[in-house]
Amino acid sequence: MPAPRTLLDKIWDDHVVCTPPGELPLLYIDRHLVHEVTSPQAFEGLRIAGRRVRRPEATFATPDHNVPTTDRRLPIADPVSKQQIDTLRANCREFGVKLYDLGDADQGIVHVIGPELGITQPGMTIVCGDSHTATHGALGALAFGIGTSEVEHVLATQTLRQGKPKSFEIRVTGRLPAGVTAKDLVLHIIGRLSTEGGTGYVLEYTGECIRALGMAERMTVCNMSIEAGARAGMIAPDATTFDYLRGRDFAPRDFERAVAVWEKLPSDPGAAYDRVEIFSAADVVPQVTWGTNPAQVVGVDARVPDPGSFTDVNDKSSAARALDYMGLAGGMPIVEIPLDRVFIGSCTNSRIEDLRAAAAVVRGYRVAPSVRAMVVPGSGRVKREAEAEGLDRVFTAAGFEWREAGCSMCLGMNPDTLAPGERCASTSNRNFEGRQGKGGRTHLVSPAMAAAAAVSGHFVDIRSWEYR
Amino acid sequence: MEPFTTHSGLVAALDRANVDTDQIIPKQFLKRIERTGFGQFLFFDWRFLPDGSPDPAFELNQPAVQGATILLARRNFGCGSSREHAPWALADYGFRAVIAPTFADIFFNNCFQNGMLPIRLTEAEVDELFKRAAGPGYRLHIDLREGTLHDDAGFTASFTVDPFRRQCLLEGLDDIGLSLRHTDAIAVWEAAHGLPAVGG
Ligand code: SF4
Repeated sequence: MPAPRTLLDKIWDDHVVCTPPGELPLLYIDRHLVHEVTSPQAFEGLRIAGRRVRRPEATFATPDHNVPTTDRRLPIADPVSKQQIDTLRANCREFGVKLYDLGDADQGIVHVIGPELGITQPGMTIVCGDSHTATHGALGALAFGIGTSEVEHVLATQTLRQGKPKSFEIRVTGRLPAGVTAKDLVLHIIGRLSTEGGTGYVLEYTGECIRALGMAERMTVCNMSIEAGARAGMIAPDATTFDYLRGRDFAPRDFERAVAVWEKLPSDPGAAYDRVEIFSAADVVPQVTWGTNPAQVVGVDARVPDPGSFTDVNDKSSAARALDYMGLAGGMPIVEIPLDRVFIGSCTNSRIEDLRAAAAVVRGYRVAPSVRAMVVPGSGRVKREAEAEGLDRVFTAAGFEWREAGCSMCLGMNPDTLAPGERCASTSNRNFEGRQGKGGRTHLVSPAMAAAAAVSGHFVDIRSWEYR
Repeated sequence: MEPFTTHSGLVAALDRANVDTDQIIPKQFLKRIERTGFGQFLFFDWRFLPDGSPDPAFELNQPAVQGATILLARRNFGCGSSREHAPWALADYGFRAVIAPTFADIFFNNCFQNGMLPIRLTEAEVDELFKRAAGPGYRLHIDLREGTLHDDAGFTASFTVDPFRRQCLLEGLDDIGLSLRHTDAIAVWEAAHGLPAVGG
């Protein structure tokens, strides 16, 4: 009998093209997603070497990082952003790559539109010049971020040079308590693993809690795998996955036959992982980051930690540096931290489910006078769906700005940035120094927690929120 | 790609853990469409004061480390985004090697694509190097063929690199060119998985 294999083993084995002696394996890549920031130099490399794109039909492009989230009919004000977007257009035209351009109804953040259009499917290998490619693993794919030279390699060969990563099972038992979301779960996990606990591994999330999550929640969890150092996170496909994919634009035509293949993907009973950690969903409370990396996180009911409380010297100095940058003092209750800005968006939390959760909190309330709050849907589709449900009016009636799809203030490459010293509750994935604008201070939270913070002007425990 | 065989150079010490790619090259400099010219923006937010002048407190602005070609850092160097602009900026600034106890995966891979050597040493070895690099004009000599490095005062350490990556660096090989030698195997895989022939 063949040895039991994990989901990772199965996808890996199926995609190794060859392992030439003395070389790393060549791994076949099924889908390649491209955006404007990490691709220009790759296309330029192809041009210089006189190479073509091996399988243009396996590559999909969209501008998302630089795009303005205000009126799309206006020209892009920043000439350098405009040049990057124009370059993507020209490259897609020249090399025959499908582009969801700015004016396209389906444009959006690359990690939102991939699953939404059914480009992302179970069992596939998927890469993108972007570290949050891990998102696509939520559908049972092996998906990871690559650098620009590797983007060029995939364009030219439809393969990558890769050593096989190790496998790491993150088993989550039980169910998430009321008010606690997938975002809180993944922040809780990162807090325990540290920002490098997953380095060298592919995380596979398993267990009752994960099985009970919807697709949007699974994407939130897998999205942030990179913040624990893991290049990929994955969740075995099941009925939730198949129901999500059925009827999507690029879903297989013979869908039931595809499902029969996908059903064989989950790890075999007894398959061995290189490492296993078990978490209990009941232990998770709503999370708020206090520092400048996503592992510097505590429950909303806790206090900002004192740097002296860390035993490791690196952790101690990182914490002291972080508190200095964040303008916080150890011992301060999280719920007393006042806010200037609130950002609901990013590939972590900009799907329709996220917007529904935030709107439910906001309904019947007004944004605090001291706060400027914005909602940026993840894609054109999410935006249309939200508007059809009237969510945009819930937000705007409360004083939120309602914007066009893109990465926006997740990294502030477009005009949506924090001013120095401004403090923001953000549903994005990175609270690095300067990430949302030089000197800006970011606290990562769930959409519901961000919405409640916008109304209150400071963090509040969503578990005691009075919904109107 | 410039081959890397042996290298001797001045060491700059950056005593920080979890240095992320947003710090190595902040996002406002990702809009260029070339691979070159990023060195001037390396560690921009740390290197320069709001008025644009160099921050005298920042490690790389110390007169003693001007011209450094080897960067010494703490664990999890290069975490965060996949931007290859990070190694481009380090290389363009003049670095040929980075030494740390651990690196983030994507950054680690990206280095090799750009003729730059990331070297993993133990925490204890890195601690020792930080002590030694506190003195002025501290230099290291790296030999990739042997997988060793040493200074002029008795410190030696060895490191390992994936044999394929090592060979590519030693010979300055173009990865894509190497992979294109296996086009037949790629076509066989595609046919076995029901994909139409390329260009057919
Ligand atoms: S939303 Fe943020 S994390 Fe996601 S792809 Fe855009 S910039 Fe990257």
